[in-house]
Amino acid sequence: MADPMIRLGADIGGTFTDVVLEVRGQSYSTKVLTTYGAPEDAIVDGMMQVCVKAGIRPDQIGQVIHGTTLATNALIERRGAKTALITTEGFRDVIEMRTESRFEQYDLNLELPAPLLPRHMRYTVPGRMDATGSELLPLTREDIEPVVEQIAQAGYESVAVGLIHSYLNDAHEKLVRDVLSERLPDVMVSLSSEVSPQMREYERFNTVVANAYIKPQMKSYLSRLEGRLAGEGVGCKIFLMHSGGGIISLKDAADFPVRLVESGPAGGAVFAANIAARYGLDKVLSFDMGGTTAKICLIQNQTPKTSRVFEVARTYRFKKGSGMPISIPVIDMVEIGAGGGSIAHVDALQQIRVGPESAGSEPGPACYGRGGERPTVTDADLVLGKLQADEFAGGSMSLDKAASQVALQNELGEPLGMDARDAAFGLAEVVDENMANAARVHAVENGEDLSEYTMIAFGGAAPLHAARLCEKLGIDRCLIPPGAGVGSAIGFLRAPFSFEATRSAYMTLADFDAVSIKALLGELQTEATTFVRSCDNDSEILSEFKVYMRYTGQGWEIPITLTQKQALAPDAATFEALFEENYSRLFGRTVQGLDIEITVWAVNATTPPQPVERTAETSGDKVAVVSGKCSFFDAAVGDNVAGYLYRRGPKFDVGQYIDFPGKIIEDETTIIIPKSRRAIYQPDGCIDLIAKKDLT
Amino acid sequence: MTSSNVAYQVMWNRLISIVEEQAQALVRTAFSTSVREAGDLSAGVYDAQGQMLAQAVTGTPGHVNAMADSVAHFIRRIGVENIHEGDVYITNDPWEGTGHLHDITMVSPSFFKGQHVGFFACTAHVVDIGGRGFGADAASVYEEGIYIPIMKFAREGEVDQTLVQIVRGNVREPDQLIGDIYALASCNEIGHRRLSDMMEEFALPDLKGVARFIFENSRRATLEKIAALPRTSADGEMTLDGFDTPITLRVNVTVHEDRIVSDFSGSSGMSTKGINCPLVYTKAYACYALKVAIAPEIPNNAASLAPFEVTAPERTIVNAAHPAPVALRHIIGHFVPDTVFNAFDKIVPNVVPAEGAGCLCNFQVSLRPRSDRPDPEGAKRSEVLTFNSGGSGARPSVDGLNATAFPSGVMTMPIEATEHAGPVIIWRKELRPDSGGAGEYRGGLGQFMEVGARDGYEFDIQAMLDRVDHPALGRRGGGAGAATLIAQDDGTYMRGKGKQFVPHGRRVMMAFPGGAGYGDAKDRDIMSIKRDLALGYISAKEAQEIYGLSATAISEVAELVAKGDTV
Repeated sequence: MADPMIRLGADIGGTFTDVVLEVRGQSYSTKVLTTYGAPEDAIVDGMMQVCVKAGIRPDQIGQVIHGTTLATNALIERRGAKTALITTEGFRDVIEMRTESRFEQYDLNLELPAPLLPRHMRYTVPGRMDATGSELLPLTREDIEPVVEQIAQAGYESVAVGLIHSYLNDAHEKLVRDVLSERLPDVMVSLSSEVSPQMREYERFNTVVANAYIKPQMKSYLSRLEGRLAGEGVGCKIFLMHSGGGIISLKDAADFPVRLVESGPAGGAVFAANIAARYGLDKVLSFDMGGTTAKICLIQNQTPKTSRVFEVARTYRFKKGSGMPISIPVIDMVEIGAGGGSIAHVDALQQIRVGPESAGSEPGPACYGRGGERPTVTDADLVLGKLQADEFAGGSMSLDKAASQVALQNELGEPLGMDARDAAFGLAEVVDENMANAARVHAVENGEDLSEYTMIAFGGAAPLHAARLCEKLGIDRCLIPPGAGVGSAIGFLRAPFSFEATRSAYMTLADFDAVSIKALLGELQTEATTFVRSCDNDSEILSEFKVYMRYTGQGWEIPITLTQKQALAPDAATFEALFEENYSRLFGRTVQGLDIEITVWAVNATTPPQPVERTAETSGDKVAVVSGKCSFFDAAVGDNVAGYLYRRGPKFDVGQYIDFPGKIIEDETTIIIPKSRRAIYQPDGCIDLIAKKDLT
Repeated sequence: MTSSNVAYQVMWNRLISIVEEQAQALVRTAFSTSVREAGDLSAGVYDAQGQMLAQAVTGTPGHVNAMADSVAHFIRRIGVENIHEGDVYITNDPWEGTGHLHDITMVSPSFFKGQHVGFFACTAHVVDIGGRGFGADAASVYEEGIYIPIMKFAREGEVDQTLVQIVRGNVREPDQLIGDIYALASCNEIGHRRLSDMMEEFALPDLKGVARFIFENSRRATLEKIAALPRTSADGEMTLDGFDTPITLRVNVTVHEDRIVSDFSGSSGMSTKGINCPLVYTKAYACYALKVAIAPEIPNNAASLAPFEVTAPERTIVNAAHPAPVALRHIIGHFVPDTVFNAFDKIVPNVVPAEGAGCLCNFQVSLRPRSDRPDPEGAKRSEVLTFNSGGSGARPSVDGLNATAFPSGVMTMPIEATEHAGPVIIWRKELRPDSGGAGEYRGGLGQFMEVGARDGYEFDIQAMLDRVDHPALGRRGGGAGAATLIAQDDGTYMRGKGKQFVPHGRRVMMAFPGGAGYGDAKDRDIMSIKRDLALGYISAKEAQEIYGLSATAISEVAELVAKGDTV
């Protein structure tokens, strides 16, 4: 029967559903096409495939962990339920008025994304809380009933409730739910004070609306999935990956489906964090580059960085502000329109621009020979010799280099007066610089210096660009793990059970009240621990304490991590010292003579990270044996160089290294070794690209 | 293009990303809600001669040229020989900075390997600078607050504590202002660190090569855009409320082979109250209007801005001379683009929008314990500033934007954040139906706001509203947007501008203006009319009387809405 040492990870992506089965340390994976009509079909299909490969029956699976882009897609494609919002009188249009600004200043014909719920689906009730959480105006059942009647008449399936200052006092929101549930027991209700108890009404209301909007669909999908798997004999519990990088129960996922947004990329970050642990790395930049976008995330102390707000469904060139803000605990990453399929053009300034428009898989890059005529990143990679025309995707597909050259020449070379190769180099430089800039801005927003970081690169296109990106970012080491193609699904199997409870409550250090702090953090700890305990009966549960602090009067806080002792025996001097230390590291200097305040309190309860076997790192004492010849462009040399091909196997094995000018051919990707790097085959299968200067 | 040009392109993009980082650092560390929530700031990098290489795209086109020019003033006033590593300079000079005392501009020289290679500059709008408070009431700039001439805030890293003491003693929210000044200094520091990294990476001794590349490409691209325009000239005009008498803005826009000249001759003379606009700020908005219309994709820098020339006779409302009061110069500045558009539409039709709400619909409240009773325990005074927007003008083939800033790009503050800033209550902030000018394309809707104080407090409100008597006018047959309304909840009359007392228990009721329509309302597509009705953007009355929607269609829409369906 169910064996706890057999675990299944399943990631539903936009094109593929990745399934990974681990049986006592052995791993079996497959990719099947995502089945949009009934996404559970692809999971079952993939599960059967890996079970056959592993020679086990589905009923032997001890745990299923699932992550999905379905929630994100429902928001992007606006395929949610018939949903209403109930909000405070006078604030019907918060989710429509947004920030009252234009995210692109230089477009006279700019259009703002429509709110998830149009105006006539937004209802108001009287009653009002103030900024201290006290009631300014009462709200009665009689006030609510007429609105509930309208909702009943219109036949809404799901209702979001978002009232002003409810993050401080949820009494009115709860009353609305009571009245709704009595009259309409089948309607699903989401409260902003439960989904996202944070200040700033636009973000909070938008988050609760998003939750309500996808709830009926996700609830139904999750229960179908449970049924289908049970039908195949799977008797174990099913868990979901959430956007914060942890695992929650199926029931919590169904109640708070907005927490599933971006769960796939979160799995990728966990995957990278696990590799960081294998190498004992405390500062890692995870770099995940696929066909359409690249995702960049900071991983510190083997834990992905988290944030409390992010944006989904950007409608305008991935531009900040063009999507909708969701405020939930989330792995903090930047996503930019830079993937293998990103298309390049020349703009009015005679500059090469790349993305975010993507050629996708149809027609695909020009070199696919399916009618694509515009040059993409993959075309540039081919012309620069980073890809082998006859060995793409394990040799299953052959690429047309001449078509790439024509596309590059026509679209970039002609207007700029350069040949196809220089155009390819320009294109590659621009896309690498775009990614480097995104990484830099992300680092500065987090006060980090990337030169101290190690990169972990995965996703089909990442290894082709990783070395150049490292050169640009001043990063000395890059690890390219095996199994990178199904990294997210592997990541699911590495994630802990976790839940973060947060509360907004203001306290200045001048009014520091150790007793109530201890009580508040204690409450949050209980809340978070209870969630985790519902998933896991036995494990030890660890608590991470975090407070968000700022100078009184600032609007943005910086996170300060507390030890258990600092949290449960709080004193003002320690809080002040921790804040000043972090502040000056981030922004150069502290501000004299101002009070400091705490605004948000958070406790993350988590099961301990899975024990990780440290890789016995090798510095590569033997040179690998060449498998063939090739030619590729090196940016530092500024020209094509005659290089050598390598393949994993007897000629290139653990402990061996390759120097410039080398190229490693893998099934799903290619790794280029530029002049500045050496590649070492580590015992866990990672290819370790290190800067040459570190060798001396 | 050669491969070294590829490197220069990379560096140019890098500089743009550096100034964006610089701006981001300012938002994260600022204290004033105007900066941290609304984004009323700017940040830029300059070469050693003070020519702007790149500027962050932030909420304020009004800082565009002003910032470009101001570093030259700093170099002149400080003196090249007095520029040292670790220095930070400061000013709030309206004429040499960005137009009013409430904008603090700070400049830091950037040194690389001991050589002075460039400057970083940034500007932010602070909530209080002393004087009469932020508003139109002053009769001269001396009444508008403390004046900080161009001087050193930090001398080789050492902050001038005397300056800090004097500033602290002259403003209502000293902690907040000093905090903002530190934030400005920090953000230049962040820019400087990134620039040093870039110069190290590309082994640059100085910025001359990259500057040349940026300027040549920008100049060429801008001149190509100008050369594509008809070589002609046209006039534009607009009339506004002013403080107590109406004001006329006039412009003549002339397209030359290699530049566009906007001449504001014929505009009204200076106002006795603080709505006068220094030329730098007029220039910024005139330039923004033309750039957004003809060359939106070319980044702002010294060369891309140079072909846009702006002139105005001295001592007019668009070229105010010292010591004119200028605190609310944004009111005039924000109407400059619509005035320029009125001329440009005659040069190139069907590009620019109809008139919009224009200036931001801002107000500041000064709260204090009610004066007719003893102070409640723990009561304190506070200053709360809010930025809000009316509707933008309809475009040639798209409706205007509801409650969205144009030409300014600042954000509004979340009302939950505003209510934490002082004992103010925002009772209402939502769209204003029937306020968008009718047309084939409808103007954007304005918004309603209601503001009061918590129990035990009274307040003064500084209104900064226009278009009470002069609503936005339509283009090509489009209707006017709705005008601004302001009164107390008991009907007490209030003015659109100036400081006005609001007693304990009273609220101020405001309706901000809508944008104007584009094209004839009878040509509007019926689905859009029905959708507007369903969403409540227009009432049944307006749907019938202005757009001619039938009674049957109106009741069909009402049925759909009751069923929760979309049109």
